Amino acid sequence: MSQSIRIQLNGTEREITPAVSVRELIVSLDLEPELIVVERNRSILRREQYADVTVEEGDVIELVHFVGGG
Amino acid sequence: MTPTATASDSEPRTDPDPLVVGGREFRSRLLVGTGKYASNEEMVAAIRASGAECVTVSVRRVDLDRTRDEAILHHLDPDEYFLLPNTAGCYTADEAVRYARLGRATGFTDFVKLEVIGDQETLLPDPQATIEAARVLADEGFKVMAYTNDDLVTALRLEDAGCAAVMPLASPIGSGLGVVNPHFIRQIKRRLAVPVIVDAGVGTASDACYAMEQGVDGVLLNSAIAGADDPVRMARAMRLAVEAGRAAWRAGRMPVRGVAVPSSPDHGMLD
Repeated sequence: MSQSIRIQLNGTEREITPAVSVRELIVSLDLEPELIVVERNRSILRREQYADVTVEEGDVIELVHFVGGG
Repeated sequence: MTPTATASDSEPRTDPDPLVVGGREFRSRLLVGTGKYASNEEMVAAIRASGAECVTVSVRRVDLDRTRDEAILHHLDPDEYFLLPNTAGCYTADEAVRYARLGRATGFTDFVKLEVIGDQETLLPDPQATIEAARVLADEGFKVMAYTNDDLVTALRLEDAGCAAVMPLASPIGSGLGVVNPHFIRQIKRRLAVPVIVDAGVGTASDACYAMEQGVDGVLLNSAIAGADDPVRMARAMRLAVEAGRAAWRAGRMPVRGVAVPSSPDHGMLD
């Protein structure tokens, strides 16, 4: 099995360790899961799903949050 | 004795006149954006001074390099302020629906400030795409507050689509040109049952006051405060202007006359 998988994270290709959950991915990036919304392959994940959904090879993941805007 | 309380603290208690959108009451008729401030501290201070409860925010990718702390929730307490996610920057109905859903997924609100831009240079809205997105979102249970141009027919279609509020522009976003077509704004207000909020184009306090004097339910602005030399002072001016404009409209202005009419008695003059 490969030591890493390739994903598309916020528009950038990244290599991450296999078998991590979305929650683990968020925490590994030093972000707070409660403040983040995750879109995985164009579907929005509910916050309760973060721990159960595993990041897969080729996933397109968007991590978004609220910023200042008018 | 005549009471000496100021309008800002006495009026809400004695004469309640809240803005109600989608069944929710807001403590101020001024709604403000959170963009374009020099610092987060200045943004927070200006919003506090504005007295606004409803503040707009945008949905964007987290900056994974973290060059600066953009997370609005680190700065504004969602228990104190009502965060209204916008779909700013979207050019198609599908894109706006996607951003609206992401905004709702934060778990704070089912309100959305719908904005679908039709032209990059003027940032004028795309009425057709806005109506299309409004319909989809209203069907999904969103309380849609739709940014639109000052066209009555578009406003009526947005109301039909199920919008909770319709928000015609005073003039283009960030232009500071003020209310360019007060007649159309009054017409929209007269014909719609849902709240009408003037959104975009306000440049200074007199613009906000004038917009409220047309009878609209509220004013939404961002650049006029963030782009002022002293945003906190301008935020306070906007609060007073919106209150003044609302009070003037409710008071009913005197008729405009083409001739002078003296204000002092013409009798009792000395020989």
